[in-house]
Amino acid sequence: MIEVISNLEFTPFLLSFKLALLTTIILFVVSVPLAWYLSQTTSKVKPFLEALTALPIVLPPSVLGFYILVSLSSNSPLGAFFEETFGIQLVFNFSGLVVASCFYSLPFMVQPLQSGFESLNKNMLEASYICGKSKLQTIFSVALPNSKPALLTAIVVTFAHTVGEFGVVLMVGGSIPGETKVASVAIYEMVEIMDYGSAHVYSGIMVVMSFLVLLSVYIFNYRLKRKVGLS
Amino acid sequence: MIKANINKNLHGSNGNMNLDISIMIKQGEFLALSGKSGSGKTTLLRILAGLEACEGSIEVNGVMWQGENFKLPIQKREIGFVFQDYALFDNMSVEKNLLYSYHDKALAKELLELTELYELKDRLPHTLSGGQKQRVSLCRAMMNRPKLLLMDEPLSALDPLMRTKLQNEILALHKKFNTTTIMVSHDPSEIYRLADRVLVLEEGEITNDGTPKEVLLKTQGSQKFSFEGELLDIVKVDVIYIAIVSIAQQIVEVVISAQEAKHLEVGQYITVSTKAFAPTLHS
Repeated sequence: MIEVISNLEFTPFLLSFKLALLTTIILFVVSVPLAWYLSQTTSKVKPFLEALTALPIVLPPSVLGFYILVSLSSNSPLGAFFEETFGIQLVFNFSGLVVASCFYSLPFMVQPLQSGFESLNKNMLEASYICGKSKLQTIFSVALPNSKPALLTAIVVTFAHTVGEFGVVLMVGGSIPGETKVASVAIYEMVEIMDYGSAHVYSGIMVVMSFLVLLSVYIFNYRLKRKVGLS
Repeated sequence: MIKANINKNLHGSNGNMNLDISIMIKQGEFLALSGKSGSGKTTLLRILAGLEACEGSIEVNGVMWQGENFKLPIQKREIGFVFQDYALFDNMSVEKNLLYSYHDKALAKELLELTELYELKDRLPHTLSGGQKQRVSLCRAMMNRPKLLLMDEPLSALDPLMRTKLQNEILALHKKFNTTTIMVSHDPSEIYRLADRVLVLEEGEITNDGTPKEVLLKTQGSQKFSFEGELLDIVKVDVIYIAIVSIAQQIVEVVISAQEAKHLEVGQYITVSTKAFAPTLHS
């Protein structure tokens, strides 16, 4: 057992976290305006946008992975554009993984934020406009600070979900060590070559870490609610 | 001077209704809006604030706030608005709530001292009582020295004692800043104490417009006591009937004849009146 642990390669974990961190940051920037729009709009487009954002939850990762692969490969217009202009190939490397993860984890960022914004007291937002503040200022000074539980849930769940993704990563990134071989893919390979010892250790680490992350979110939310007397 | 011609279709609880209002309000006037719930009072207030769209025009001190195909954004109207539920920013301390509106520390201090809140300036809203929250909300509304102060039933959630105290503060602030104030209120004594003028709205239209005395005093010139109340119960005692009536915050008993008892129904709104040539007043 000790031998297994001391021989353990931590690169897949680091890669998983790097990917999750980048994805979370990008998604946060993209999702705040999107979630805000969805929470405030009365437009008929809303259900379509909501359905579209929720798609990655129900689609098999292979379907999502397939489309991302097709649309980002160097044969596609988008892939060709990136390759010619920036010299970046978007599939079977780390940047491709980030793009794929952003699609895959989008609902996990948008949905908690949206419901957080929706549950804010509308009068409070209107009071901010009356104070002469723009929508952007209102989002950052009033809406986000008053949606802390939703904010934390969105960030942590997105992060955790990205760490835990497997299908899309495998489709878009393959399993290139140090580049696209993240923890979940590494575990899959260990099981395939029947290296159950390492698979146990890796899986164990994943379970414990995921549990701790979720636990801290729930504890934080519980405390916050008690503090403001909501529960 | 505020000139407004407002038209808006509303879908209220009583079906469709047309809010059709044309008013002129003088600078510095304290106007009370009264009327049953669903008569369009809050909507009128929200339209003036720019929180709701409507047709028509609004002109304030010579500046167009709304015209054809034009609506001045809420942010540029520089009004004060006091919400019924206070709508304080929960993430900011009392003082920051004020400074968020307009960064003027001296004015914030002055307002908080006036309303006896300065000691609480670092507290978060959720630690305050209802009366304190409403005072913070009032102070916040005054931070930009508004030309127009709008209040939507600001005191309805407070107990009578706190109401009286806050009424004085509202009046003091109204005078100090020489604002034009429009307040939605159901409370006749509140309207009488504060307002120069009362508008009564019914089904989206102004049905009465005058001084509080003209509008609220039901017994002009007839030397009568007259009160409106709800008939709570009719009790038969021997051969007489006693009606128990709730008037304002008090319950009174009135002797009525069997004939009268027949025609009254419990739950009805009735008028209790009597000749009052020489009533005595006690403190």
